[in-house]
Amino acid sequence: MSDALAFQGTTTSPDLNRQRSATCLQADFRRHNGGFLLQVAFDIAPGFTILFGASGAGKTTLLDCVAGLAAIDSGRIAAGPRVLFDSTSRINLPAARRKVGYVFQMLALFPHLNVEQNIAYGLNHLPHTDRESRVRNILQAFRISDLSQRPAREISGGEGQRVALARTLVTDPEVLLLDEPLAALDTPTKAHIIDDLREWNRTHRIPVLYVTHSREEVFALGERVLVLDAGRIVAQGTPHEVMTAPMHETVAQLAGFENIFDAIVEAVRPERGTMACSIAGDGAPLVLETPLVRGGVGTALRIGIRAGDILLATVPPVGLSARNVIPGRIESIEQRDVIVCARVKSRVQIEVHLTLAARDSLQLAAGREVWLVVKTHSCHLMQR
Amino acid sequence: MSIDLQSLDWQTFRLTLQLAATVSVALLLLGLPIAYWIAFSRWRWKFLVEAVVALPIVLPPTVLGFYVLVALGPHSPFGRWWISLTGHTLAFTFTGLVIGSILYSLPFAVQPFAASFAAVDRRLVAASATLGASQLRTFFRVIAPLSLPGLITGFTLSFAHTMGEFGVVLMVGGNIPGVTRTVSIDIYDRVQATDYAGANHTAMLLLVLCFGLLSLVYALNRKTWLVHPVK
Repeated sequence: MSDALAFQGTTTSPDLNRQRSATCLQADFRRHNGGFLLQVAFDIAPGFTILFGASGAGKTTLLDCVAGLAAIDSGRIAAGPRVLFDSTSRINLPAARRKVGYVFQMLALFPHLNVEQNIAYGLNHLPHTDRESRVRNILQAFRISDLSQRPAREISGGEGQRVALARTLVTDPEVLLLDEPLAALDTPTKAHIIDDLREWNRTHRIPVLYVTHSREEVFALGERVLVLDAGRIVAQGTPHEVMTAPMHETVAQLAGFENIFDAIVEAVRPERGTMACSIAGDGAPLVLETPLVRGGVGTALRIGIRAGDILLATVPPVGLSARNVIPGRIESIEQRDVIVCARVKSRVQIEVHLTLAARDSLQLAAGREVWLVVKTHSCHLMQR
Repeated sequence: MSIDLQSLDWQTFRLTLQLAATVSVALLLLGLPIAYWIAFSRWRWKFLVEAVVALPIVLPPTVLGFYVLVALGPHSPFGRWWISLTGHTLAFTFTGLVIGSILYSLPFAVQPFAASFAAVDRRLVAASATLGASQLRTFFRVIAPLSLPGLITGFTLSFAHTMGEFGVVLMVGGNIPGVTRTVSIDIYDRVQATDYAGANHTAMLLLVLCFGLLSLVYALNRKTWLVHPVK
């Protein structure tokens, strides 16, 4: 066993068999509310499934529907043999009886209770001694025993995440929903909690639906990925499967295309195996040389360029094999962990990722004139 | 100006305090479910109920008192039912006064209750539900503790408001010493009899009492001192 500690103690023996007979979460429902249509169908096996999507895609609403916090128009949701919602047989279990654990983005710890009271909140139905031992075990497993008497409103972000997770997991839910619970944490703390969660899931084989918009989390946790866009699931599979065929824009963002542009084919050069595509920009359009794909002049498509595939020069580059050299000016530059993100204003706005060393040796700063270099085959074409 | 405690009518004072206490406790019990419903219901005509609850704020007490008197009297179904039950009318009794005062002070309890319930973070309510708690448990363990300042405000305001009411009491209760004569009516009586000194003593005590109660409410509701006292 790794750094993560034993979680077996949190399960009492009568529950153990039920936990082992794996339950799946099956859902197929629609909800129409205020002009937003959420229409999804998915099956989630025990283990981690990532729900990925841009903000406003409907991720939180989807979780609220599964948890029984948001009304559904029609459809069916079941956790194994237990039907949570079924519009045809008029079943709609209230949230309190669904056994769906839910850790909110904003944690929602009860501010007037201390850590121990927060964690014991969902164990009201148990005898006193049982409750105490369960709380003690989960406090240990999540390494927060020393916080037990602290008021919930006085603990730090990382501690709060652990308390919120512990409070939900201690109730032995049959399905677990996690809404970006680690979004606000620094990388080492995040990695630590993810290890603890994985360890817990090894002994509690329940479906876990984990919402994120962070690529790193997709690969750190995901056995499967559902990609949600504008209320619909547009792709699903393993992170690798979803990555290798980036046809949809949301999937493309997942696959690492920070730059996505609408473009029109201007010229086709079959003899060279390339095309010229124009992107509407400020003033004149920006013309890029791209690989040749099927489709004639005038075809509308999208071009995706990874921010890390773009070279940046501080003087006009000469003698290059790359066909696309774009002059521009750095608009902003910021550090994210160990990479540097520069936003460059050309006829269009382009994001470029650099190393810290590159930034320092080139003395890059906002306002600096630069030239961007993009290889023909770094321009990935997608349908529109 | 001083308060001459000898000249105060203690019977009237005790009755007034008894009325205020009965009404504010009754409004705590009655106001909580009404306020809960107002804060959490999604019924589209909810605003009508809110308007009815707020009516006593703007309505002249004589209008409210008049309708309560009619409703309690022998010509209304409720009045007849009460008479058949007890043998006497509710008008000009202490119980009648309590009913009239509950209606009159309703918004002073319900509005602070509902406002503080509505201010509780909905995600906390949702969290309680997903942890398996019933609505009743969620109310007593999460909503009520987090609304405590609003509950105290509503309770104290309905107490103080009942202490000072005049019109409804006069319409519904009349002026029977020891049964329905409250402090404010006593003051009015004294002024009518040109006993200005007596009126002043009673009025001053009521003023001090109400100021004390309101100070208590605002002191309990203050978040922090804006300027810390220098030690």
